[in-house]
Amino acid sequence: MYVAVKGGEKAIAGAHRLLAEERRGDPAVPEISLDQIEQQLSFAVDRVMSEGSLYDPELAALAIKQARGDLVEAVFLLRAYRTTLPRFADSLPIDTADMAVRRRVSAIFKDLPGGQMLGPTFDYTLRLLDFSLMAEGKPADIEVPMSASDPMPADAPAQMPRVTDLLVADGILAAETDDGERPADITRIPLSFPADRATRLQALARGDEGFLLGLGYSTQRGYGRSHPFAGEIRMGDVAVELQPEELPFPIEIGDIELTECQMVNQYKGDAENPPQFTRGYGLAFGQGERKAMAMALVDRALRAEELGEVATSPAQDAEFVLSHCDNLEASGFVQHLKLPHYVDFQAELSTLRALRAAHAKRAEAAE
Amino acid sequence: MTQPDGMILGGLGDPVHDSQRCFRGILDAMSRPARPVTLASPPDAPPGVAPATMAVLHCLLDQDTPLWLDPGLQARAARHISFHTQAPLVAEMSAASFILVGDGLQLPDLSCLPLGDPAYPERGATLLVQVGDLASGGALRFRGPGIDGTADLQIDGLAPEFWPAFAVNTELFPLGFDTILFAGTRIVGLPRTTLLEEA
Amino acid sequence: MTTPDSRGGSYNFAYLDEQSKRMIRRAILKAVALPGYQVPFGGREMPMPHGWGTGGIQVTASIIGRDDVLKVIDQGADDTTNAVSIRNFFLRTTGVATTERTADASIIQTRHRMPERKLQEGQIMVFQVPIPEPLRWLEPRESETRTMHALAEYGIMHVRLYEDIARLGRIATAYDYPVQVNGRYLMRPSPIPKFDNPKLDRNPALLLFGAGREKRIYAVPPYTDVKSLDFEDHPFEVQSWDHTCALCGADDSFLDEIVTDDKGGRMFVCSDTDYCAERRTADGANAEAAE
Repeated sequence: MYVAVKGGEKAIAGAHRLLAEERRGDPAVPEISLDQIEQQLSFAVDRVMSEGSLYDPELAALAIKQARGDLVEAVFLLRAYRTTLPRFADSLPIDTADMAVRRRVSAIFKDLPGGQMLGPTFDYTLRLLDFSLMAEGKPADIEVPMSASDPMPADAPAQMPRVTDLLVADGILAAETDDGERPADITRIPLSFPADRATRLQALARGDEGFLLGLGYSTQRGYGRSHPFAGEIRMGDVAVELQPEELPFPIEIGDIELTECQMVNQYKGDAENPPQFTRGYGLAFGQGERKAMAMALVDRALRAEELGEVATSPAQDAEFVLSHCDNLEASGFVQHLKLPHYVDFQAELSTLRALRAAHAKRAEAAE
Repeated sequence: MTQPDGMILGGLGDPVHDSQRCFRGILDAMSRPARPVTLASPPDAPPGVAPATMAVLHCLLDQDTPLWLDPGLQARAARHISFHTQAPLVAEMSAASFILVGDGLQLPDLSCLPLGDPAYPERGATLLVQVGDLASGGALRFRGPGIDGTADLQIDGLAPEFWPAFAVNTELFPLGFDTILFAGTRIVGLPRTTLLEEA
Repeated sequence: MTTPDSRGGSYNFAYLDEQSKRMIRRAILKAVALPGYQVPFGGREMPMPHGWGTGGIQVTASIIGRDDVLKVIDQGADDTTNAVSIRNFFLRTTGVATTERTADASIIQTRHRMPERKLQEGQIMVFQVPIPEPLRWLEPRESETRTMHALAEYGIMHVRLYEDIARLGRIATAYDYPVQVNGRYLMRPSPIPKFDNPKLDRNPALLLFGAGREKRIYAVPPYTDVKSLDFEDHPFEVQSWDHTCALCGADDSFLDEIVTDDKGGRMFVCSDTDYCAERRTADGANAEAAE
């Protein structure tokens, strides 16, 4: 005899117990520490901070540990924590021209003030598994792949002008100026369309790296082509400042590590504007070069309308891109399909049976 | 005893739960229009501000809700209200999301109220008006969503010119403003869907 | 009641901070003043995934108080995993009383069903909504559908329903069946079966709808006209079954179909577990009284 399904409570408790066991894995293997994650899985930490919209390496490491390395799940944990935090103040806009640069490359000039600075990059590594890393506790031999420039030239200037500022000074790159408008906060005011650039950039900054990567890639393959050049990519620490009402000067509250990418793109000009370069902008917490570059490509693609270009490709469609770039929303809605839908399915079943009966009747009548 | 401008009294005793109870009172009032709702244990209020009014200000306002005060309240209660709510006080009604009128017999020009736009009608303002008294029964008969048939209401101390503005508001639906009336510890909701049937 | 976090801080009553609640409360009030219109709100991330009811949860978290009695159902049942999970969330963050009895609840949060028992004045029903926009399958762009709502331009929905009639002889929408509220806004009632649509009309309870991922809140105040779209020659009708509930014998409730074997065996039982249990208890009592 069938009885109404009971025991949801028990099933959930059981699932949570299993999950905890799985997370820990074999108890004979030492538990991973947050320090280890923060120090040795730093790309994961950086991605979780970026898409989690919270600069807190310790909590990001905790989220990664708790999520067993599922980064989208870790982003979720961080966001859910972030959302209820009280807001004490707004910082001043950060200035990446004042970055303590650890990496800086430009693809458009061989040399430039401040020089190229390779920094810690995978770029010129041979992607061969380094089996020496399998030996626990033994530091791997470091063979530094030297390239044209030293990774950290001794004469690195304190300030490294942004390549794009040099181009703007020459008048060949469109200047981007602060219009003084207070940007909307998409975590508090829902997106609406058309969305201004500040709003779009916010959404892209917390958007899923994989989604933006695919979209950015599509613009390179002709779906909204904008002839990009990597004007500059820089990574390093930037000071965050507050301007307290009662003080005449701002105070520094700490440094955050950032990766910034400015793409320089072709623009043919129009009746009012002479031909000049335009740019796409990308910014990510920590070392997030792939994300920052993809974001810059998509940002530029989304400026199509503003720049009088014909927008026909997915990456140029702001409503499409911004409505679907958040991995929490996407992951949740895709996966909600596994929740019970008995009632809807039953409703569909009864309609389908009625339609089939009607169809059969018609077929019979036709014979 | 008169209190000088700038006097700041206490706030909510229990901000989380007092706000929640107050909100349910407002929700009840707005979803069952023209029916007086008593707000329990309202907070201290400065002179010229009813306890229920102050409770609603605490409950709904913050730095995201520009507030317009009539000149009388501006002089007597502005400091207390802006200290507790953090709401920016604005000089133009058109920039406000909440408009507070201290005396229903001295209405400002209601044609200046923000009414929202057709794509975003929720941007219409919420008009808060203090009146002399509110009671069920009486000469005003309303109907509309939230009302089972009709609801009769007695309002003392509301200038007659309110009703033509109210009628225009009805015509403009879905644009419009939403009204909450206050008397002592009681409130009455008159959302833009409520129709005045006979006065 | 608060729940400590790892850094010695704590979560607020009902999880959300007070500023978030205020923002949501203001949105709810505007929703009540604009029946059926979707008010955008600054939806927060909740500690459960989007699609799991984060909109309904934010609405409930913003209205719930210590005196409330909460009922949570999914597919009509109190004991489905998602309902259990949401009920536990509120137990943990508010400590309010919970119930499975529709009649005893002051707030009922639901996914995909309305209880069979008639709701009362003063009760609040909170619906979890996946896609709030009734025109979304016909026009994916928010910018376009917003304009259609502004102009009350709902022709495409009528055309779409009429296409069903022309092709299939009937309207084939079985759930999330579009309604018009107070003669103005076209509204999606959330994926409730159309069987439940008549319950929306002039319901004495306040009906609130929350879509978390899509960041919209909408409402149907008590005693508000809610009309399911139809045509004069094809009036709206609800599902019916050739069966009665195998457990309580009800012939007036929405039935779940249970597959009992691999030879085509089926049985039908009430989807509303409280309704079914109450009927069985009453039957039991009657039988005892008769003895």
